[in-house]
Amino acid sequence: MPDDRPRVATREAYGKALAALGAERSDIVVLDADLSGSTKTKQFATAFPDRFFNMGVAEANMIGTAAGLSFSGLTVFASSFAMFAAGKAFEQVRQEVALPRANVKICATHAGITTGEDGASHQVLEDIAIMRVLPEMRVIVPADGLETEQAIAAVAAVDGPCYVRLSRLKVPMFLPADYRFELGKAALLRQGKDVTLVGTGVTTYQCVLAAEQLASAGIRARVLNMATVKPIDTDALLAAARQTGAIVTVEEHQRIGGLGSAVAETVSELHPCPVVRLGMNDRFGESGPGDKLLEHFGLSAPSIARAATDLLTRLGRGPDA
Amino acid sequence: MIATNLDRNAPQQPDPQELAAIAKELRADVLKMLNLAGSGHPGGSLGMADVFTTLWFGGHMHVDPSKPDWADRDRFVLSNGHICPILYAILARQGYFARDELWTLRQLGSSLQGHPDFHFTKGVDCCTGSLGNGVSVGLGMAMAARVQGRDYRVYVGSSDGESQEGQVWEMATAAAHHKVDNLTLMVDWNGIQIDGYTKDVMDVRDLATKFEAFGWHAQTVDGHDIGALNDALNTAKTVQGRPQVLLCRTVLGKPISFMENQPKYHGVAPSDEELAAALVELGAS
Ligand SMILES: Cc1ncc(C[n+]2csc(CCOP(=O)(O)OP(=O)(O)O)c2C)c(N)n1
Repeated sequence: MPDDRPRVATREAYGKALAALGAERSDIVVLDADLSGSTKTKQFATAFPDRFFNMGVAEANMIGTAAGLSFSGLTVFASSFAMFAAGKAFEQVRQEVALPRANVKICATHAGITTGEDGASHQVLEDIAIMRVLPEMRVIVPADGLETEQAIAAVAAVDGPCYVRLSRLKVPMFLPADYRFELGKAALLRQGKDVTLVGTGVTTYQCVLAAEQLASAGIRARVLNMATVKPIDTDALLAAARQTGAIVTVEEHQRIGGLGSAVAETVSELHPCPVVRLGMNDRFGESGPGDKLLEHFGLSAPSIARAATDLLTRLGRGPDA
Repeated sequence: MIATNLDRNAPQQPDPQELAAIAKELRADVLKMLNLAGSGHPGGSLGMADVFTTLWFGGHMHVDPSKPDWADRDRFVLSNGHICPILYAILARQGYFARDELWTLRQLGSSLQGHPDFHFTKGVDCCTGSLGNGVSVGLGMAMAARVQGRDYRVYVGSSDGESQEGQVWEMATAAAHHKVDNLTLMVDWNGIQIDGYTKDVMDVRDLATKFEAFGWHAQTVDGHDIGALNDALNTAKTVQGRPQVLLCRTVLGKPISFMENQPKYHGVAPSDEELAAALVELGAS
């Protein structure tokens, strides 16, 4: 059934939220690296030109500059494509943002496979891993436009480093109007006892669709939106492990090091249960439309439903059991 | 062009009119490719068409399209990888792959990726797309020739936007320090990047003065004057003990009237109407 709710990319919601924040708070400063039209910081730049600096195609310098600005009490948002904000400037992020605990919010767009046609060089699939391994760094991956607006307000309200991973792909505004993002908390989007589907960013919507497909096969899937990958919500995962005994994680990121790893690390310590990690299987992406790539690499609803069914069958709890 | 002349540094004297005709056809290919793809970067691809046509069809590149891995071939690194449509059009015309593949650019399963990737495309020497990186790989390729006693040259495409990356200047320092003279950088100096005019976004000032200060042999050339470009390439090959740079003053989107010098066309593919109008302007419809 086609979803006719408005489709918004999380980067678009970011641009809007940032401009709103700029109107509320004069301590907000924004840096971009020649991508303000794409990252959507342009809205802020137009409204508050004195608090916006285009740093050119020079991401390492941008991150270092962001740290310096923050040390005088400013709250700094720095944006580029995720490949370059997290990848190119990784060492500056570690040394000048994470280590000194700088009040810098790295809001990185065009993350993951759904970046699409630009291809492998631009589809960062490692940023959750390299950001979450940094002490002090919080890692947030909102699922839709509504959640993005709330997440941006939340990261602005806390002191210290945050990495917000945003996407280019438009997804339906599927979260309910009364949805509330809470930093560090997973959101229970659907109750279920048979298996837990955990998504982050654009894959959460796919998990919701997969749960509907599973329901028609008699499988009751719980859906968790893990919008904060770090610090991860251990309570929600412990409950999922105890109550469903089977977890499938889904991310547009390498299977190594990302959401799936974070979930597996957590449940293996607290309450071991099988965790199937869907993601990029130790390979790079390629050019194509974002939604087609999600399907191609097995990250869309049908593949998620199949993975959950296979897992339950393996555990002797399949639809025919 | 297959190497027939063993003196690789011999000056070339191609017919500028012949090259201009080739550049026109390549531009038409670029526009059609991007229109079909629905995304990609026309501005720089059109703007550098004359420069790269002179390099590739003026006899300067010693390559053999039937042997893309030939160890002694000249290397070409497109460090500003986003303008790969012009490279793909050149490679097809050189015979590295069938021209029909051009029409699959950026589609799922295509051999032509959004940014150059040699796992997919014959004739591509370096995976690029992240600005700042390719220039260093080009330097390494040039240094390898010295280590292995080969006489190939390395040509690297770059841009004014890319020159904002610090790594470009790390490369420039190292290339001059190590006296790498089989390396020629060709910079698309069109004064435009994604967010607008370079002087407004991040002024790079006089690139010729900068490269000279770093110890390079620098030539500033009209990027649409094929004769001048050919002379500059011939001159670069005579330089000893220093890397060379051609600072190509180009017009983004040349010669399509509604694209020329418009930052928007850095990265917006032509619509069907725009394609039709552009092909009429080119005289290639
Ligand atoms: C490291 C890195 N940062 C950002 C980008 C995104 N990007 C692609 S092209 C471009 C502008 C480059 O300027 P230039 O090459 O001068 O643009 P053109 O003349 O082709 O319009 C940017 C910022 C990138 N590809 N790599």
